[in-house]
Amino acid sequence: MKTLHKEEAEEKKRSFSTVSGHPIKELYTQSDLAGFNPERDLGRPGEFPFTRGVYNNMYRGRLWTMRQFAGYGSAQDTNRRFKYLLEQGQTGLSVAFDYPTLFGYDSDHPFSYGEVGRCGVAIDSLDDMETLFDGIRLDQVTTSMTTNAPAAMIWGMYLVTAEKQGARWTDLAGTIQNDILKEYIAQKTFIYPPRPSMRIITDIFAFASRHVPRWNTISISGYHIREAGSTAIQELAFTLRDGIEYVDYGIQAGLKVDEFAPRLSFFFDVHNDFFEEIAKLRASRRIWARVMKERFGARDPRSLLCRIHCQTAGVSLTAQQPYNNVVRVALQALAAVLGGTQSLHTNSLDETLALPTEKAVTLALRTQQIIAWESGVPNTVDPLAGCYFVETLTNEMEGACLEYFDRIDAMGGMVPAIERGYPQREIQEASYGHIRAVENKGKIIVGVNDFVAEGQSPVDLLVIDEEVQRRQCEKLRQLRAQRDNAVVEKNLASLKRAAEGTDNLMPPLLDCIRSYATLGEMCDALRVVFGEYQEPNIY
Amino acid sequence: MNAMSERKIRVLIAKPGLDGHDRGAKVIARALRDAGMEVIYTGLRQTPEQIVNAALQEDVDAIGLSILSGAHMHLFPRIIELKREKRLDDVMIFAGGIIPDADIARLKEIGVAEIFPPGSSLEEIVSFVKANIRAV
Repeated sequence: MKTLHKEEAEEKKRSFSTVSGHPIKELYTQSDLAGFNPERDLGRPGEFPFTRGVYNNMYRGRLWTMRQFAGYGSAQDTNRRFKYLLEQGQTGLSVAFDYPTLFGYDSDHPFSYGEVGRCGVAIDSLDDMETLFDGIRLDQVTTSMTTNAPAAMIWGMYLVTAEKQGARWTDLAGTIQNDILKEYIAQKTFIYPPRPSMRIITDIFAFASRHVPRWNTISISGYHIREAGSTAIQELAFTLRDGIEYVDYGIQAGLKVDEFAPRLSFFFDVHNDFFEEIAKLRASRRIWARVMKERFGARDPRSLLCRIHCQTAGVSLTAQQPYNNVVRVALQALAAVLGGTQSLHTNSLDETLALPTEKAVTLALRTQQIIAWESGVPNTVDPLAGCYFVETLTNEMEGACLEYFDRIDAMGGMVPAIERGYPQREIQEASYGHIRAVENKGKIIVGVNDFVAEGQSPVDLLVIDEEVQRRQCEKLRQLRAQRDNAVVEKNLASLKRAAEGTDNLMPPLLDCIRSYATLGEMCDALRVVFGEYQEPNIY
Repeated sequence: MNAMSERKIRVLIAKPGLDGHDRGAKVIARALRDAGMEVIYTGLRQTPEQIVNAALQEDVDAIGLSILSGAHMHLFPRIIELKREKRLDDVMIFAGGIIPDADIARLKEIGVAEIFPPGSSLEEIVSFVKANIRAV
């Protein structure tokens, strides 16, 4: 029997694959790049196919936007956190809403019990939105809002708040997530069935292109797909295929591709596997540029850009030895920057346990500032271009992504694929495979299945004020007593009529908002017309 | 029927609260099923009433609750109260998700048999369920 040397035995035992299970070779050389044409496949930064970045000088011209997702408790609580983050040098706002708000329930709805202000800020009406941005000029900041099923209502509240501050809509910039497809696939905060939901989204595209031209009308998100357990390739493929679906629906709704495509933006997860993540971001730009040009015939160069927001992977953080999370986040953030992201949220070390404390979120922001100002990485554009390994991985991710496109195209697109549970099932398989690999130590997680330590170093946790729910309910009671309810009823009736027909939903929604209709009332009006989505129970 | 034939352990995996994080719940459902149990998954966004009714109708031996929204201190006591009202005294409740240490002690006092924090192994959870349901 042949005896292996110790090193060989070690090599046999360890698995050499990415965190997604993608195999990695011992060595990459020029021969891995046979057929690779740098002029065609890379180009220059800011030029087709944008593999090297969406802008020609990238971070030399402007650093990425440091945008920490924040929201908890009441609008007052979150307004204080926003002002603190801006004072600390954060450059854009990002709003996290609580679950009742994400599902379009008012704080006094039975489903809201125990959930108000807990995972984000509670917003019941325009009144809360005005408080949320009190003292913050909306034409002076850019704001990202993570809202999907009720995105039209929340965005409408933002527009009316700006209007009341005296700001012009044409000066507003920011993003609404507004990506319902990944809700059915992964995050599950849906309200209406896919087809009426797609109509709401195309109404937003049309309204923004006419009235709020600098607004990113959608952030097509892989983040939640990945967090639900997908591989990096599935994240890339399902996200970009969702993007194709939105463009298809926009065109079917009568819009010209170049009218709305420049305002599409993307959102990816940045997980632990350093090079895989960099390759994923580089591949996403090339694939999107080619899709827009070749599949949709887009002419406006801005329609070809895959502009990206990144967030470090929440799912990679561990409750065990929580300080290790600081190191994970730093590596992930570095990968996002090397991948050429346009904005970045770095997770806080305590986020496996609760919403972050002010101290923890400051450290997470400092992590970005150290990369920006101390590491030297932003000094040059796409420093890893031409690296045998990174280019090979980028090509492999592109190839695997296109195979998924073919499969989904054959199903008739993403909406039918979702209705038959295809992406959901793919993610579930990957997720189960990963946990099995962790259980049998095929994948090591420091502090969890190896290098385990007894006795945890405790971290301080943010505690949500239990009074928030009671106060929100009281505010709602007062609001309903003080506003002109006849006007509210009339506006809600117009909203329903528009929903039954084909008129754009934004104008009647804005009227509802101006008369202080609550989020729950507006969402209910559409529930009556559109119905509610029941997901296929796959497990 | 052969008196020796064993009835399979029946478990309801339930998602109380509004959060859509079902990755953990589905992994546990599958691991328990792979371990030979009959598993019923409620789907998302279940009220305490819906969960306890499902446990009654499905005649389960255990309920596994998964929650990551932070509303556990509101929803779990209600589930336990309803379980008592329906006289489901033999049905064991275990749970997982984002549940801070400080809440774990309190939830165990009111009747949650065990809470599995992030990083718990599937094997640990499967063995616990096997060892702690009423004799079948």
